[in-house]
Order: sequence, then C-alpha cells, then structure tokens
Amino acid sequence: MQDFSQAFVQAFSLIGQADPTLIDIITLSLQVTFTAVSIACVLGFPIGAALAVGRFPGRMLLVVFLNSLMGLPPVVVGLVIYLFLSAAGPLGFLQLLYTPTAMVIAQVVLVTPIVAALARQVIEDLYSEYDEMLRAMNASRIQAIWTLIVDARYSLLTSALAGLGRALAEVGAVIIVGGNIANVTRVMTTTIALETSKGELALALGLGIILIVLSILINAALFLLKNSAQKRAYA
Amino acid sequence: MVNEMSEEMGNEIRNEMLNAMNNQANKVMKSDLALLAPNKSFSEHLPIQFEGIHLAFAKRAIYSNLNLEIGAHGITAIMGPNGAGKSLILRLLAGLIQPDQGRVLYNGKSGLPAGQIGFVFQRPVLLRRSVQDNLLHALSLADVARVERPYRAQALLELGGMEHLTRSPARKLSGGEQQRLTLLRALAAKPGLLVLDEPSASLDPQATALIENIVRRASQCGVKVLLVTHDQGQAARLADDVMFVHKGQVQPVQPTDSFLKQPASREAKAYLAGELLID
Repeated sequence: MQDFSQAFVQAFSLIGQADPTLIDIITLSLQVTFTAVSIACVLGFPIGAALAVGRFPGRMLLVVFLNSLMGLPPVVVGLVIYLFLSAAGPLGFLQLLYTPTAMVIAQVVLVTPIVAALARQVIEDLYSEYDEMLRAMNASRIQAIWTLIVDARYSLLTSALAGLGRALAEVGAVIIVGGNIANVTRVMTTTIALETSKGELALALGLGIILIVLSILINAALFLLKNSAQKRAYA
Repeated sequence: MVNEMSEEMGNEIRNEMLNAMNNQANKVMKSDLALLAPNKSFSEHLPIQFEGIHLAFAKRAIYSNLNLEIGAHGITAIMGPNGAGKSLILRLLAGLIQPDQGRVLYNGKSGLPAGQIGFVFQRPVLLRRSVQDNLLHALSLADVARVERPYRAQALLELGGMEHLTRSPARKLSGGEQQRLTLLRALAAKPGLLVLDEPSASLDPQATALIENIVRRASQCGVKVLLVTHDQGQAARLADDVMFVHKGQVQPVQPTDSFLKQPASREAKAYLAGELLID
C-alpha cells in the first residue's frame, strides 16, 4: 500500500516537474492520435455521408459491414499492417515499420470505421429532414453531401470524439507496428504497458493520470461547444 | 371606451400600412426587377401539362388519369379540401415525386427546367445556420458568383424586411419570419416559377401580409406563381385564377372572382360554403 502511495507521489512529482521523458511521450502520443483522427474524419465523414445519401444495390450490406468494422480487433489490424509494411511485405520499400507514420496508419484503419459509421447515422437522420428541400433547390449529390456535413458539424464532433477515445486508448496495434522504441515510437499507452510490466509504477501512473485528464478536458470542451451551438439551434 | 378607441386607431393604422404596402407593391420597382425578374423567361416552358397521371400511395390511388394544364401567367391558386392532393400536384410538377404512370410536360417537353422552380413548403425547413448563411447557401447552389452573393443576400433580406436579422440563427426565428426566409430563399435563384404550399397556414395576419406582399411583387416581376391555399381571402387578394381539386380530379381553371362568386361545380360551391367534402 505504501508502494502505491509512493508511486502516486512520484507520478505527481514527474508531472509537476514537467519531466522531459514524460513530455516527449505525451507530445508524440498527441501528434500520432490527432493526425490519425484528423485523417479518419477527412475519410470517414464523406464515406458516412455517401452511405447516408446514396441509394444503390448493396447499400445495406455496406452499412452492416461498416458497422462491424467498428469492432475491429486492434492486434489483428496491427498484424495485418505489420505484414504490409515489413521488409518482405508489399509496402516494405516505404520503410515505414517502427515509425510514427506506421502508428498513424494503424490508428486510421481502426478509427475511420468508427467515425464513418457514426457519421452515417447522424447524416441519415438529418437527410430525412433536408431531402426534399435540397432536391427542390436543385442541389447535386455532392452539394447535398457537403451541406449535410456542414449542418451536422456539431453532431459529427461527437463521432470524432468517439474516434479520438479509441485512438488515445489504443495499445495493441501501435505496439506491433511501432515497436515501442524509446524516443521514437513510445507513446502513453505503450509506455504504461511497458512500465507496469517492469514494476515501474511512477511513470505509468503519471501517464495514466494525464491520459484521463486529457480525455476529460477534450470531452468538456466539446460538450461546451455543442451546448453553445444548441442554444443557437445550430446543433 | 378608451380601449375601444385605441383599438380602432390601431386597426386604422394597420390597414393604412397594409394599403400603403399594397399600393407600393402595385408599382413594379426597378430594384425588384433586378432582384426577382427570372433569369430566363419561363414563358417558353408554359403551358405545364399533366398527361394521364396515375399516382398511388400504400395501394390507395390518389390520382387516376389526372390531366391538367397550367398556362396563364400571374398567380394561380390551387384550392380544395384536405387530402384532395393539392400538395402532390406541386411536388409532381417540381419533380420531387414521380408519377406511377403518365408524364408532366413543360411546353410539350418532359425535361424539368433545371433551377427555374422555387419551392416553399408548408413547414419551413431551414439550415442550422444564420439567416444570411441560409441565403448564401441558396445563392451558391444557384451558381451566383461568389462576390455577388453577399449583395444579393442583403437585397433579399431588405425585400423581406429582415435586414435586422442577418446574423440571427435561422431556426430561432418566429414561424412567420422562418416562412418569409424560406420564401426569400426560394426567390434567390430568380426562378421563373414559384410554387408555394400553404405558405401562410397558421401565420398571423401581419406575417401573412408580408408573405403576400413578396409573392405579389415577384409575380409583378414576371414570376409565374402557383399557390396552394385554403384561405379564400388569400385567393381573392392574390390569385388571378383558381384551380379546384377534388377527389383526384381537377376542375377547369376559373378567374378568381368568378370562382368565388359562381363556382363551376357543386363540390366547389359546397367547399366555399364551408361544408365538409367527404370522399
């Protein structure tokens, strides 16, 4: 019990002193996560919108498939990307394995289906309200999709937030394709896993606390933003 | 006594304001022409003809072999009891629904004149944006040059007396203001045909007068107007002629005065007398 208390004291001390190792790990984590989520939103919103607006054979099958991709096992995704990026793999010549870029790729694969599936639901609801209006205004399919994405912007933030939660908490895929190399690909979650297995609880706890605080802050900021938008009937 | 006097004075002032508005509307202003005159003349698409239209919903036939012709310029009111299919006529001619059989022809051609129809729905649907952004969006869809859009939006807002609401969230407006904004949005593309589906249902007299003023000015600028209404007074104030719809059939178009005084059919007479027409 005393060890735990000591670990907490050390953890807060690391945070308080802005320990350089801690800062490097947090910075890399945020870079990888925000890059991956941004790419996932750029890909996922139009995919979700196209599925919401489009009427074509096999659409329902695609929707079911997309929904099922939300539960992709991260280690399997990591393994598949590892095979693609390894020296013997089809993309081995890019030499991306064990780089932050590989970690971004893994997170994009994991997060895009989440963002796209949630975006589809949000946009489909809005489309049922806007459909006749947009057709009466002679909007093309692309113009309709863009209008829906812009008008669903605050609800889509919630989809992005769900993706961000997944990416921030991700361990399995990034540890396989990143390799957890100190100062290169070591992020918060992989460090927590490593330090805990070594019995070094202080750094693990410090990172854990920061991870939770970050998550609360991001959620609170988006909550306030959405709340203010709702007051103006924009959400 | 004092209350009665002030009420009387209030009514007088309101009537004077409405009369002044109507007198002003009777003179076609140059600014209105620049803002509302259709981009392309709609005359070349008239008459609009429905040929042998069959339409059914949930196995219930709404129209069986519906034929009609809309040819005249000006404002045509479509009247009839609830459920007669008045709104469906508007949706069919705007291409929002397709008939099961038959076709809608514009001067003998079946292609819908793209971008030349402005539609105002009974229930306003506005974007989750400001008043100005709703108009800018409509102008963008109408391919108006980006630099011109803010000026056109401002002019439209002035036309609708809404310039003080430019930055307001559109969905926070009152019912009357929302409907006026949808009307301005429908006119943003300078359509040749303006289609209104009970635009002032459940609006107060002031809001209705403002809507009617804009519709009248659009018509004077050469916009053909089709208006579904239950309001005989509105038909009398606005429409040049009336088309009566009952039981999926359209009766011959009559000039408004003649329709209101001597309706051509027994059903129309009963409808105007306020009787319930049950299928």
